[in-house]
Amino acid sequence: MKQVRATMAGTILRLLVDTGNEIESGADVIVLESMKMEVPMATESAGKVTSVKVQIGDFVNEGDVLVELE
Amino acid sequence: MNQSLSDTLRERVEQIKRGGDEKYHQKGQEQGKLFVRDRLSLLFDQGSYNIEDGLFANCKESDLPADGVVTAIGKINGQRVCVMANDSTVKAGSWGQRTVEKIIRIQETAEKLRVPLLYLVDSAGARITDQLQMFPGRRGAGRIFYNQVKLSGKIPQVCILFGPSAAGGAYIPAFCDIVIMVDKNASMYLGSPRMAEMVIGEKVTLEELGGARMHCSVSGCGDMLAQTEQEAIDFARRYLGFFPGNYSESPPYAVAQEPHEQAKDINGIVPDNQNAPFNMYDFIEAVVDKDSFLEIKKLFAQELITGLARLDGKPVGIIANQPRVKGGVLFVDSADKASRFISLCDAYHIPLLFLTDVPGFMIGTAVERAGIIRHGAKMISSMSEATVPKVSVIVRKAYGAGLYAMAGPAFEPDVCLALPQAQIAVMGPEAAVNAVYSNKIQAIEDPAERQAFVMEKRKEYQEDINLYLLASEMIVDSIVEPMNLREELINRFDAYSSKQLLSTDRKHPVYPV
Repeated sequence: MKQVRATMAGTILRLLVDTGNEIESGADVIVLESMKMEVPMATESAGKVTSVKVQIGDFVNEGDVLVELE
Repeated sequence: MNQSLSDTLRERVEQIKRGGDEKYHQKGQEQGKLFVRDRLSLLFDQGSYNIEDGLFANCKESDLPADGVVTAIGKINGQRVCVMANDSTVKAGSWGQRTVEKIIRIQETAEKLRVPLLYLVDSAGARITDQLQMFPGRRGAGRIFYNQVKLSGKIPQVCILFGPSAAGGAYIPAFCDIVIMVDKNASMYLGSPRMAEMVIGEKVTLEELGGARMHCSVSGCGDMLAQTEQEAIDFARRYLGFFPGNYSESPPYAVAQEPHEQAKDINGIVPDNQNAPFNMYDFIEAVVDKDSFLEIKKLFAQELITGLARLDGKPVGIIANQPRVKGGVLFVDSADKASRFISLCDAYHIPLLFLTDVPGFMIGTAVERAGIIRHGAKMISSMSEATVPKVSVIVRKAYGAGLYAMAGPAFEPDVCLALPQAQIAVMGPEAAVNAVYSNKIQAIEDPAERQAFVMEKRKEYQEDINLYLLASEMIVDSIVEPMNLREELINRFDAYSSKQLLSTDRKHPVYPV
């Protein structure tokens, strides 16, 4: 199972994928707000989204899992 | 001369140049490794090096040809260089007494000739059987590292890591200006996985513990991850093309080129919205000479980009925030990366270009515990110490200590230029209004009224940090249209090329490391 993890601490601003979506490697999956900046979180590998672990407004720390891929 | 003596000599030379036993050559081939002398042929111009010393080192021992290291003098890009290169077919490239002596001598030669020195490392470490002769004494292995430190900033020192550099040997790359690592084969570690398991009980693979990818993306010990030995050698040759032979010379110029035809239109790259991400690589490509950008530490601390490039054929070192990654915020690692790169460029007279779009240094528990303040201080310190021409371009925002770290006006850049959308402030409007009016905002009960108050205060704040106000106060020296930036930079660096700033007669600053 592949995971996309937060690269920095912040709050979830936008979800760009949903469970079941096929995504390509390098695609943005979530936009975080941190330090007043919109920070896109991209996936390093392609695959089908099996689960989105966060909701808009959630605080995440660096390293927290955001999205899981098949 | 007696013919048979010549024949004997020729035979011995050929035998030594063949290196170690055939089975070790095969093993190397299976790992995608070239024989040390083939590496040297790829490295030097026209594949030639006609000066080699210590070929007969330890020749009384039949299984230690050249004592496992080749030391040679040749040319790269027409410039003379010295090289030491481990031979992994000879006792896994391990160091005996004469190996160490040969390395020390080529260092001394490079210092006297004032030419760059390359270390082609592929070595299992010390030969324990030789330890008394090669480890502790005045001309033991420690001397290699001492010399590296003394040579640092006098002549460029480049490491290409083809295989392991273990224990003490791991310090050769650590003291070089740049470390190029070949993926899968290169590794660097103080204690091997076996030792880690025995001594601290950790079970870990070599790749995880000290592999090339780890060092290039996590520890920062590696500057470039090459997929093949050829790619690693090509990178070293390109890299040296930016550097003078020593600190008393100027870096070489190349033929001037326009930016890449496929570079994006610079006017459309930077979004007006201060908080939206964009790709700083596009901006760099639109400004510098075509195909000239050579990135250093591409995989490490990607929120900050460092690399060498050419503007009108002349070398320049670029330090640029990358809003696409971690919002371009400065972290512990990015500050460290910048600090090292600035000091590298400054040592060899390569002017610095700062492309600023920075929300500030990261805040929060994690970074405070990691010492963000002292790492940030490190960056500000090397940037302040740099005496080469420094041009600061505020591409979009420059908030808080981020402005300072990116060669803001107080740090004596030769010029501080701003693009029309630039915003310079202690913090952004949203954060500032929250900070100043927090209690007042909370006290307003009606949401609509509260929102109106916030918007009004933000507008006032925007006026306070208006770019023309900053220009009127001569905080920024000029406002430049993006499409004219390249021309402006070429003119500026040309004008500042005669800059002379001498350091004082103190010994050295106390570095905030």
